[in-house]
Amino acid sequence: MIWFALRRLMSAVPTLFIVIFASFMIMHAAPGGPFDGERQLPPEIEQNLLAKYDLDKPLLEQFYLYMEGIVTEFDFGPSFKREDFTVTELISQSWHVSARIGISALTIALLVGATLGCLAALNQNSWIDYFVMALAMTGITIPSFVIAPVLSLFFGVWLNLVPSAGWGGGAIPNMILPVFALSLGPLAVIARLTRGGMIEVLRSNFVRTARAKGLPEGLVIRRHALRAGLLPVVSYLGPAMAALMTGSLVIERIFGLPGLGRYFVDGALQRDYTLVLGVVILYSTLIITLNFIVDVMYGVLDPRVRASQ
Amino acid sequence: MTDTSIGTPGGKIAEIKGRSLWDDARRRLFANKAAVTAMILLGLLFIMAVVGPFLSPHTFEEQNYAYTSGAPTLSAPTQEGGTTFYLFGTDANGRDIFARTWIGARVSLAIGFVATAVSLVIGVIYGATSGFIGGRVDNIMMRIVDILYSIPHMFVFIILLVVFGRSGGILNLLMLFAVIGALEWLTMGRITRGQTLSVKEKEFIEAAHAAGVGRWTMIRRHIVPNILGPVVVYMTLTVPAVILIESFLSFLGLGVQEPLTSWGRLIAEGAQEMETAPWMLLFPVLFMAVTLFCFNFIGDGLRDALDPKDR
Repeated sequence: MIWFALRRLMSAVPTLFIVIFASFMIMHAAPGGPFDGERQLPPEIEQNLLAKYDLDKPLLEQFYLYMEGIVTEFDFGPSFKREDFTVTELISQSWHVSARIGISALTIALLVGATLGCLAALNQNSWIDYFVMALAMTGITIPSFVIAPVLSLFFGVWLNLVPSAGWGGGAIPNMILPVFALSLGPLAVIARLTRGGMIEVLRSNFVRTARAKGLPEGLVIRRHALRAGLLPVVSYLGPAMAALMTGSLVIERIFGLPGLGRYFVDGALQRDYTLVLGVVILYSTLIITLNFIVDVMYGVLDPRVRASQ
Repeated sequence: MTDTSIGTPGGKIAEIKGRSLWDDARRRLFANKAAVTAMILLGLLFIMAVVGPFLSPHTFEEQNYAYTSGAPTLSAPTQEGGTTFYLFGTDANGRDIFARTWIGARVSLAIGFVATAVSLVIGVIYGATSGFIGGRVDNIMMRIVDILYSIPHMFVFIILLVVFGRSGGILNLLMLFAVIGALEWLTMGRITRGQTLSVKEKEFIEAAHAAGVGRWTMIRRHIVPNILGPVVVYMTLTVPAVILIESFLSFLGLGVQEPLTSWGRLIAEGAQEMETAPWMLLFPVLFMAVTLFCFNFIGDGLRDALDPKDR
């Protein structure tokens, strides 16, 4: 088990390094620098500015300094376009917004998705099953950036039940619509995965054994079937996290939330390379770490996987 | 489809009309009402994507300042004082939503198909090579796929588009095709490899070996036709996934650039004017949703048809 975790870690670390290195190089290969303004700077001043930000050094050295800053001081460098801020400041101002929305959405997607999937599997080919599957199909095909404005218009503007946009300092009513819109996609996938997993498990020998020895149906499902039936959902946690992060790019924009996603998109549109790079590194680290944890967890949960490693 | 490429070599015997895998699959697919409906709807959508823009008296760029953000109508004023019609209404610049929706359909569908084709070529070649050679090479090639898998793709698209892709015009479109296709081949590669591995060990391959079939003929006539099923299914599911990615990027303002448009761009514009001109959002969303549904139903239908034991 420890060997398996170590081996996975040995591929996770280089992956992360490759992502950071590639993003850094692409960003610095991009035409135009941070100080290309309308006004041509005198060469001496430009030289000083470049020296201040280490931009006059060879690219590899710049990369080394950048990495050193991140590892030792969690410093992602200065923002190119928001001049008085460092990327770290911008990120630390906004990450908690994205984190709150993302974690709430993931929780809802897991709870509701798994419940719906179980219901569908236990009532296979009934109207419940068809209803859940239709709902899942809708959630998968209709993108969050379509659902979000419609929700905002309907519940926010017409019915006036909840605020149609804005963060409001993180008040619960302000969070309802964004979290709901964000969770729909992963919720649909989780419902489908749970249904598939449960249907397969309910037909398997160990469930038949559990029933044969006279366990009540509730216990069979809770103690035996669910554990195995939810395995596909565990392996989806990594992609779900990625989906939530990309989803929050549009959700934060639509609802005007001051989160990381909005900084990322604004940064991308304004070519604020350091800001974009910082957010990408943060997100990649999160996703790669989560994938690593999920893989190891999967080995713990499913003895068959461990045996084949 | 490709049913001529498998079955009996020589063709003469085919008069007996055996039921090949693909005949069976086609029969099952056409018996699936949801899939058939989806195919018909998708066919109509394709036709409209081609001829739709010509059915409107306006081009997709033409602006009419006498009728901006106008509701769908049969008698709208023109700038010259005459009257004209807008079936789907106009946007904030007085452009015809009808023409724009179908131009958007063209662009979105084109990106969907071209990027899927790119991913198909890369994925099948990579996966088949990996599976066919096997051993150490297979290990390394699949480890590379694992690494690429754990990279958040949407962020890579965005970085690449920010740095290279926002020049506008055809170049921008090509960039989108290439970038999306080049990063979406991973699952295709895995599926192809898995299939190749399992097919490689089958008796009929051994028989073909014994009959002295060459390596290239082996791949082309015996391996590829037999791994096609899952690949085709996954391909049908890649097209809507790519359309979604493109619309996502366009929604953020990073995808297709003005004056060209796509469903994603139209939806982004529509979402901003939703309260005053809901038709701007409604029509693009409607057709995009129908398209995505259709592809998903066809994909599910194909999966059931090609792999009946999975039902």
